[in-house]
Amino acid sequence: MMSWLDYFRSTRKPDPPSASAAKERLQIVLAHERIGRTREDFLPKLQQELVAVVARYVAIDPGKVNINLDRGGDMSTLAIEIELPGPPATAGAARTSAAAAR
Amino acid sequence: MAQVIVVTSGKGGVGKTTTSAAFATGLAQRGKKTVVIDFDVGLRNLDLIMGVERRVVFDIVNVIQGEARLNQALIRDKRTEGLAILPASQTRDKDALTREGVAGIIEELSADFDYILCDSPAGIEKGALLALYFADQAIVVTNPEVSSVRDSDRILGVLQSKSRRAEEKREKVKEHLLVTRYDPNRVERGEMLKLEDVREILAIPLLGVVPENESVLRASNTGTPVIMDTESVAGQAYKDAVGRFLGEELPHRFLEPDKKPGLFKRLFGGRAA
Ligand SMILES: Nc1ncnc2c1ncn2[C@@H]1O[C@H](COP(=O)(O)OP(=O)(O)O)[C@@H](O)[C@H]1O
Ligand SMILES: [Mg+2]
Repeated sequence: MMSWLDYFRSTRKPDPPSASAAKERLQIVLAHERIGRTREDFLPKLQQELVAVVARYVAIDPGKVNINLDRGGDMSTLAIEIELPGPPATAGAARTSAAAAR
Repeated sequence: MAQVIVVTSGKGGVGKTTTSAAFATGLAQRGKKTVVIDFDVGLRNLDLIMGVERRVVFDIVNVIQGEARLNQALIRDKRTEGLAILPASQTRDKDALTREGVAGIIEELSADFDYILCDSPAGIEKGALLALYFADQAIVVTNPEVSSVRDSDRILGVLQSKSRRAEEKREKVKEHLLVTRYDPNRVERGEMLKLEDVREILAIPLLGVVPENESVLRASNTGTPVIMDTESVAGQAYKDAVGRFLGEELPHRFLEPDKKPGLFKRLFGGRAA
């Protein structure tokens, strides 16, 4: 049987629920781990598809495409560099980069 | 052709063996010829949970090494018709299990059984990889707890990249989430991940939820798969999960916390009311 003391103990302010912390931490860590996991899988395909899309608009040398996935603490970046061939006057490098995930 | 189902999780102690025993028994009870294979070489336990430990003569390694025929190693369950157990070796080391050897066993079993259940060891090393390699379907056993959820996510990645189906670029392994050791009271108090959270994070179809329940320990004490304890909530939850696996639409049960005791009961303990 519970004593009076137990009654007051059981009604004292509870610790903040920890389950929501669990969910948040899991979502963050898994977002990172999933990128790492699919890395080898999707980069070559991404490169292929990108080259195909860009090639529809400008002539490019498929060998001069660079894709880099950088995983950092708070942010990961996906950097895509495509060199455009052609005469020096119009030549240049189109650079684009996008944040892949937090 | 038999369907090969792996019961896997990454993490140990989450309920894979409990689930393998219950599920295999449940499928056989439903008239499906089922064999359950213990892949935990060196840490054989399925035999105890199935209550056949005294009938083990040969094991999977004996069969692979040609020391026994498959039929000599298979233990026919005496309580449930159409159910057989292939025990793991207790003495050999894990390397005795080869992919070619397992392939041969699965092929031979395929002729006689509807379902081949593979009880995976923990981890993502050789034994676990071998247990999932031939799978057509996977039951991913997960506890509502951070390390278990993370490991389940990891094992899902492995299923998608290292299974035979993945390697042969066939249709991917069918995934089922089984949440076990779920405690609705702790969930209500915010101490345990909610079912919805686990579902949202892992994002695979839910096969069932097995509550944390004393009947599981009792069942293991006596070597009776918990699904045979038809009074128990865990047994009923496993029965439902088997039903869903076979295509039935059943509501998920045992997700609600116990009724809260009133103030009077809290003051005077369980004797009131
Ligand atoms: N639903 C449950 N309720 C209570 N205890 C459980 C439940 N499921 C499993 N257990 C206990 O958890 C422990 C580990 O279970 P087991 O099936 O051996 O896990 P694994 O094969 O994943 O290592 C055992 O002691 C078992 O009795
Ligand atoms: Mg086990």
